[in-house]
Amino acid sequence: MVGNYQFQGVGRDFQKNLLGAWYKRLEDAPKTGTPVAYLFISGNIGELLRCFGFELAYPEVNALQCGIKKIAGDLILKAEDLGYSSDVCGYVKNDIGLAASGNRGPFGTMPKPDLLVCNYSGCNTYIKWFEALAELYGARVFLLDVPYRRTGETLRREDLDYVIKQLEQLAAVCAEISGVKFDPDRLREQLEYSRAAEDLWVKILHSAKHRPSPFDAFFEAVFFMAPIYVLRGTKECVDYYEAAWKEIEERLAHHIGPVSDERFRVVMEGPPPWPNFRNFWELFKRWGVCCVASTYSKVGGIWDFGMRHDPTRPMESLAEYAVNCYTNWDWSLRRSMLKRYAEEYHADALVIHSVKSCRAFSVGQADVREHFSKAESLPTLFVESDLADPRYFSEAQIRNRIDAFFEALEHRRVAGAARPAPLRAGPASPTKSRQA
Amino acid sequence: MRGQSAVGMNGNFWDSCQSWDELVGRCREAAFDVAFPTVRAWKSAAADTGGRVVGCFPVYTPQEIFAAANCLPVNLFGGRGQIEIDHADSRIQSFVCSIARSTLELGLTKHLDAFDGFIVPSICDVARNLSGVWRHNFEHSFTFYLHLPQNVESEAAAEYFRGELERLRTEVAQLTGAPITDTALREAIRTYNRNRALLDELGARRAARPEQWPSSQIYSLAAAGNVLPREEHNALLERALALGDAQQRPKRDAVRVALRGAFCEQPPLELLDVLEDAGCAVVDDDLQIGARFFQQPVAEEGDPLAALAESYLHRTVLTPVNNPGKRSRNEDLLRRCREKSVQGLIFASPKFCEPALYDSVLLRRAAEHVNLPVLEFEYEEKMSVFESVRMQAETFVESILFFS
Repeated sequence: MVGNYQFQGVGRDFQKNLLGAWYKRLEDAPKTGTPVAYLFISGNIGELLRCFGFELAYPEVNALQCGIKKIAGDLILKAEDLGYSSDVCGYVKNDIGLAASGNRGPFGTMPKPDLLVCNYSGCNTYIKWFEALAELYGARVFLLDVPYRRTGETLRREDLDYVIKQLEQLAAVCAEISGVKFDPDRLREQLEYSRAAEDLWVKILHSAKHRPSPFDAFFEAVFFMAPIYVLRGTKECVDYYEAAWKEIEERLAHHIGPVSDERFRVVMEGPPPWPNFRNFWELFKRWGVCCVASTYSKVGGIWDFGMRHDPTRPMESLAEYAVNCYTNWDWSLRRSMLKRYAEEYHADALVIHSVKSCRAFSVGQADVREHFSKAESLPTLFVESDLADPRYFSEAQIRNRIDAFFEALEHRRVAGAARPAPLRAGPASPTKSRQA
Repeated sequence: MRGQSAVGMNGNFWDSCQSWDELVGRCREAAFDVAFPTVRAWKSAAADTGGRVVGCFPVYTPQEIFAAANCLPVNLFGGRGQIEIDHADSRIQSFVCSIARSTLELGLTKHLDAFDGFIVPSICDVARNLSGVWRHNFEHSFTFYLHLPQNVESEAAAEYFRGELERLRTEVAQLTGAPITDTALREAIRTYNRNRALLDELGARRAARPEQWPSSQIYSLAAAGNVLPREEHNALLERALALGDAQQRPKRDAVRVALRGAFCEQPPLELLDVLEDAGCAVVDDDLQIGARFFQQPVAEEGDPLAALAESYLHRTVLTPVNNPGKRSRNEDLLRRCREKSVQGLIFASPKFCEPALYDSVLLRRAAEHVNLPVLEFEYEEKMSVFESVRMQAETFVESILFFS
């Protein structure tokens, strides 16, 4: 590969290095005297907190790291020993189990929080999670109340005003804890970086409109999206997306993508099963499936429809961002998004991976299956497992469903009865001149 | 709401009841019938004036706004164990609480055809998404999603929530075709304050003499309020307080317990009987708590919506789904237990109810810290076998009586 390709693997490797360095800074925070804030991915207002010198920790990211490194199962059992039910979110239990194990994970040791910022965009479980951590660590919680985005295309002024006023209050709390005075220029500088990274990320997401798609917008996006969620607002984050874009550009030039022979293009709804991530991907790869769009890659922000952080409107754009996370959207908006993805990315099918842990994602997905398979006539596959708890991943059952679905889809295609629209050719791949 | 009776031309049923048992029986018939006879009667009596019926999902919705319009707010508690989940199964997965699924089933099976709308508050992830599922399945019906503020300590929350209530007022007025005046709202607030005071009075009498006011029976009296206009329910409760004192019951030895976890999905009535049979006297609970959500009366003067917002932010009881702000759920629960001389705490959480299940861990720890015995189990709306709960409750009672 090295002979022909200069940039392949950059997206993954660079991401790994950036995250490694970030975790190292977190581990060192008690030594360096850096205050630490815990917050959530969806609607995270990290740029604001960084103005006060906070190092940022994301318990969800820790949980997914434990999932992918296959230690989540034990941590979940530890939390269940402490009284947590088998029916509550695996991420929360993973985190409680981690805290009960000295906070030592595959990423190093997590420092204790000086501030818990419960930026709850579309997940009430976030509140319960940080209530438990507040008791565990005796740390202060700031609850940033982000209203659910309801029906209608325009953002509601009153929702934004409410969030903006709370952001101003949060800034005062941060100043009090850190002893650092708020510097609006520092916020603007970070938002400039955020915007630049978002532009590049959207280019990568849109590249999946090509046929073959150079990029898997679900299985690869989960790696590619990490910097924009945890390091957004920094120069390294922009550097990362510049490098990642080069990798995608190179793939476009060579007409290569994540699967060697792209046979099916799907839109993926729902989070991945982290403890079985590789196996799950393989079950699709063997059918030549490429996820050309996904909703999971929008949990931390929906930028592909034009929204950006804006240094000229700092608080306003932070509020707009916080409201615009996928699970903070009403189902009418989520359905429109899925439909738009299916059309614009020329998808052959919709795949819904429903996870028990995350009701904010899953409640309504069965209704979506009804809608797409009936009213929209889009073949829809529905599989269930979990994002953190390995006990819910039944490989044989999931494999059977996936095989049966794509076999049927292939049969329909061969028989000429496949849905005509999604099978139309996508936009032309880049010309050879681009390679020059 | 004013002017129509929930029981149509035939008058009410409570005045004619001669005994407590008869009144409780009639309340059960009205409250647990998922064909909603009292609601249908109200709707036909209100047909000439364009009366509307709106179903309210738990835990709390500002029903004064409906009551001030020509509208009957009805508290929906799912299928009350009486319907099979069939159609809703294809729309909401089986790992979701029963109440979300069975409430949707009620709608899909035409049980709610006398209803004109549905309001869902933002109590949990399930409820929030249910609003979208509902809107999708009942496109032409009024569906209102209400954001209940969580950052209760923020000054911005009061203004924001008042705005939410104003939006509700506007949309309800569109539904009924008539504006909702401040005067009508203040009158509704007075009616609801009275209702809360009467329910609290029932609770206080039970706490003082639990054998005289059995929990499953006062539960049924309160449940009648879910399907009646509040001023009628007030009259019913006044009658109940008079009849309840008249029927003397023998004193019995029982352990005084507080029951928590049932703030949204309700347990089957039999569960309460089983607990009492096992020797538990429930003296404090969070059953149907939305009707008793405020610890003090809502201000009856001034801006009525600001008064409702202020009450929601600062005067509520504490449940797992409303934020305590500077208050503490643990301390609040322990204080209530002390005040009511509670000897044991029972966490009965609905299966799959995440907020209840998270809180039970923290509350249990707090209770154990002060050596308050705790019993924990889960229930489901359609639960029909109670032997395991009975055995657990009996053991719990014995352990308190003999070892505490």
